[in-house]
Amino acid sequence: MNGFPLRNGVVIAVVATVLLILMGSTFAVVPETRQAVIVRFGEPVRIINPYQPGEKFGQTGAGLHIRMPFTDQIVWIDKRIQSVEMDRQQVLSTDQLRLQVDAFARYRITDPLRMYIAAGSEERVSEALRPILGSSLRNELGKRQFAALLSPERGAVMDNIRISLNRVARQYGAQIIDVRIKRADLPDGTPLQSAFERMRTAREQQALTIRAQGAKQAQLIRADADAKAAEIYATSFGKDPAFYDFYRAMQAYNVTFGSNARGQTNVILSPDNDFLREFKGR
Amino acid sequence: MPGGGDRHSLWFWLAIGVATLWLATTSVHRIGPQERGIVTALGSFSRTLTPGIGLTLPAPLERVKVIDVEEIRTIDIGATGEGEKLMLTGDQNIIDLAYSVRWNIRSPEMYAFEIAEPEKTIGEVAESAMRAVVATVSLDDALGAGRTMIEQQVRERMQDILDRYNSGIRVQGIAIKQADPPAAVNDAFKEVSAAQQTAQTYRNEAQAYAQQLSAKAEGEAAAFDKVYAQYKLAPEVTRRRMYYETMEQILSGLDKTIIEAKGVTPYLPLPEVSRRAAQVPSVSSTQGAGQ
Repeated sequence: MNGFPLRNGVVIAVVATVLLILMGSTFAVVPETRQAVIVRFGEPVRIINPYQPGEKFGQTGAGLHIRMPFTDQIVWIDKRIQSVEMDRQQVLSTDQLRLQVDAFARYRITDPLRMYIAAGSEERVSEALRPILGSSLRNELGKRQFAALLSPERGAVMDNIRISLNRVARQYGAQIIDVRIKRADLPDGTPLQSAFERMRTAREQQALTIRAQGAKQAQLIRADADAKAAEIYATSFGKDPAFYDFYRAMQAYNVTFGSNARGQTNVILSPDNDFLREFKGR
Repeated sequence: MPGGGDRHSLWFWLAIGVATLWLATTSVHRIGPQERGIVTALGSFSRTLTPGIGLTLPAPLERVKVIDVEEIRTIDIGATGEGEKLMLTGDQNIIDLAYSVRWNIRSPEMYAFEIAEPEKTIGEVAESAMRAVVATVSLDDALGAGRTMIEQQVRERMQDILDRYNSGIRVQGIAIKQADPPAAVNDAFKEVSAAQQTAQTYRNEAQAYAQQLSAKAEGEAAAFDKVYAQYKLAPEVTRRRMYYETMEQILSGLDKTIIEAKGVTPYLPLPEVSRRAAQVPSVSSTQGAGQ
């Protein structure tokens, strides 16, 4: 009576474990984000949840799937868009300028079976794509002038690279969605330094021009002011030049000989002087 | 077997308790107002839970992934302190840019199922779009007036690319936090603003001169006009009066010598006169003689 429930319990546990293992290797839950290739003794027999353009979530092949226990293996393949980053490349443009380029490509495995046969695993796909991305980038950019890389023409360059990369990717069951340049920089050292030097001299020149322009404008402002003053004087004084002559002479005498004048002044007057006309007491 | 029955019921109630707890935690989901719950039934997408209490079958039959769709997330690129982020502009100059991308999730289903590494993707797309746009503008635009335009264009371009990936991401905006010339040429750029200041100083000085001169001219002209108006009324008298007044004013403060003899050449050893003047500080005696 003591041993019986224990043995019973052990039996139940063993059966449950076996059932669990059996269920685990029979049923497979395929999520929306993955595709699966069922491989039986090394031979792919079935594809579950393959990518189809424009499919709706919930109506894809994702869900519970049954397979032959123990004989069927599942190879999981990501269904989402993935990225492959290229190592930094030195690119030489046709006008002999060097550029350091970082680029990335986005792809999706659209043919899991082909991918499994050609590459075996997802890592190998990106490993295979990476050097090809690099070389097609070098080829395509090497045909252009440096300035083209900074122009809207860049889009066309990228399309060419995408097309040529896609040709290779298709052999691995992948589809290239786009290729983009992440960075395109002048390499460190001489090219970068000479670009800095060019910028510096350009700014210095700009600074000189600004100063010269300022001086010129200042001169114009002064000249305008002089002209305007002359005009004001002429309009006013021109009404009676003779009186102006007298008026201005009086002012000038006052300044020249007046109490504020510098220096000692001695005046020798002749009695014929107009000022002394009444002096004689006519 | 009363003891066995007790134990049986204990196990029974324990099992019920665990099962209830299990049901409660995996089939009742509280979805906050800013959240959506993606329900997958054995891996296959089933439905999206909207805010409120959502009921599902217990795990592992149905699973829920809660995604915050309203939260604006930020990715900083070229953040200050991690070195310069140099970019080539359209006129082949170099600029140091730091900016941030604000984004949220427009479609939680797409976000959950379409893109392998969303954050990294956004960062890469942002960098690529930013460089593409900066490569079309001049350095001066990127440093100053063109910033808003750049932010706008980068946003549009990023949205376009991310839509092509079916990423379910909405780019809310780009903020350029810093747009500077590279440190290596910064001095030359400062020189330009110094030159602008100098030029402005030149202009200001000239303006000041112009205003001064103009005021002086107007004042003098106005004074002349006023005097002239009076002069016109009685020309001869005014003229004489002005003459006498001026002479009086001048001659009253001066040494005067009047030579009366006719026919004598009015020659004086002038050095002698000035020496005498220097020796005698007070001029009252000579003034007296003059009178």
